[in-house]
Amino acid sequence: MSPAVRRLINTVVSALTLLAAALVICPLLLIFGFLLYRGLSALNVDFFLHLPKPVGEPGGGVANAIVGSLIMIGMATAVALPVGILGGAYLAESRDRRLPWILRFVADVMNGVPSIVFGIFAYTVAVIPMRRFSAFAGALALGLIMIPIVLRTTEEMVRLVPNSLREAGLGLGIPQWKVNLRIVIPAARAGIITGAMVSLARIAGETAPLLFTALGNRFWHQGLDQPIAALPLQIYAYAIAPYDDWHRQAWAGALVLITLVFLASLAARVATRGRTIAR
Amino acid sequence: MSAGAATGSGTVDRVSLRPRAIAGTHRGLGDRVYRAVMLASVGLVLLAAAGLVAALVWESREALRAFGPRFLLSSQWDPVAGEFGALPFVYGTLLSSLLALVIAVPLSLGAAIFLAELAPAWIRPPVAFLIEMLAAVPSVVYGLWGIFVLVPWLRDWVQPALGRTLGFLPLFQGPPYGIGMLAAGVILAIMIVPYITSVSREVLLAVPGSQREAALGLGATRWEATRIAVLRYGRSGLIGAVLLGLGRALGETMAVTMVIGNRPEIAISLFAPGYTMASVLANEFTEATSDLYVSALVEIGLLLLLVTVLVNGLARLLVWSVGGPTRGARE
Repeated sequence: MSPAVRRLINTVVSALTLLAAALVICPLLLIFGFLLYRGLSALNVDFFLHLPKPVGEPGGGVANAIVGSLIMIGMATAVALPVGILGGAYLAESRDRRLPWILRFVADVMNGVPSIVFGIFAYTVAVIPMRRFSAFAGALALGLIMIPIVLRTTEEMVRLVPNSLREAGLGLGIPQWKVNLRIVIPAARAGIITGAMVSLARIAGETAPLLFTALGNRFWHQGLDQPIAALPLQIYAYAIAPYDDWHRQAWAGALVLITLVFLASLAARVATRGRTIAR
Repeated sequence: MSAGAATGSGTVDRVSLRPRAIAGTHRGLGDRVYRAVMLASVGLVLLAAAGLVAALVWESREALRAFGPRFLLSSQWDPVAGEFGALPFVYGTLLSSLLALVIAVPLSLGAAIFLAELAPAWIRPPVAFLIEMLAAVPSVVYGLWGIFVLVPWLRDWVQPALGRTLGFLPLFQGPPYGIGMLAAGVILAIMIVPYITSVSREVLLAVPGSQREAALGLGATRWEATRIAVLRYGRSGLIGAVLLGLGRALGETMAVTMVIGNRPEIAISLFAPGYTMASVLANEFTEATSDLYVSALVEIGLLLLLVTVLVNGLARLLVWSVGGPTRGARE
């Protein structure tokens, strides 16, 4: 082939890959555009402060769903964060032979398990024995989704901490555990926060695992052993309902949800700005 | 943990003054406790994974015993008569995921090559950022957008056009409902593109620079260097990236449930409504009245788990084969 033809092919392929990248980004702009267009008009202060109205009455809000989501996310985080961070620190620092490989593999595979399967698991271990849907069961499903994400990001971030820091600590005679908890993990703090925010962004939008664990609720929460509302569940219920007013609320709810998720993702990026190895 | 944290900077002084005391007693105990706590977390994770499989097998025992392999081969799904066959759901899951891959793979590989190899440096971070944002959009939001934007668009424009031009194929026959297999495939494609793109991009970035330099040094153009040196080197990782996308598509629930039509039938046409394994769980789990019904649904969940574990396990091994196990942890 002559050089001219080869250069031509090079240009054509480059243009095609550019086109592919543009097409990949298109849906984001379309989705965000529609969310703003349909959601902003339905947003008002009531939306954040009031309970849902019964069918037929316009107005009302999703305050209970926002609170419900926060409660379940809080419960999930309280358990998943320490477990994930300690497990990740183990992966990064351990010199065991088999176990880290197994754990890493299990965590990655868990990361790919469909979230609805965690819902079934929570149903079998929490809903069936308690004989009722509950905030607790929902939080359990969310926590299980969260752990592998936190674990693997923590591992990556702890690995980035220079060995000289560890050696300096150990050289001063500080015990290993204190070097880990007081020097290594704090040094990796920003990255660990990133992992936490990424996992928060993920579970905040999860709907499928809550369908038959938290179930949803049209009232304020009545205790952790009772069905509880969640923002994604409410969006789903409104979206598939046949009422125009509920559709408007679904768009507004989706706009709120995606804003929260993007803020969390953005916070995750800001926390590790300038640390290129993470990506 | 907190006891150690509370002593603050004074610790270092004490350690340097009396190293032997620390080494002799406290270090041993502290380290043993710390290791035990870490191992407890590790054990918890492994236990959860094992419990997941055990609980699903246990709860589906009734359906496993009642139907055996017939569960996978029968297309009778009749809760009232107590007949449960999962074939329509398996078919729907496979067809919608396949369709998603057909659409998503060329786009994501193209975008990944653009981002890792051919794009000017200044354009890479913002585009990569936008694609990551796409990955963060919750499933239910895709579903909402699918119902009210994508489905009408498919019904009014795409399906009539496909019917006119390719209508001789059985794939594109039948009335254009909008809702159906095609809508599910398209929404899935949109959802898995960011995963495949960002993992492929990481795989490409993990290919050693010397590969590119060697090809470029021999006079190859950028694309030739990419094709000969980079894509071939990273091939198994790219296959892994595609499998990761497939794993996502197989288990994706909300968006698909909202646009696929939820009818347990096996239709050849992409315009017809269908049903997937994940959607039937989402729709029918809370309504399941009999123990056998619940058990059959849990068995579908178990199937879904096994398939995704298989696909993801294979994908991870392939991705690790290029960059080592610490890459690709955060898709």
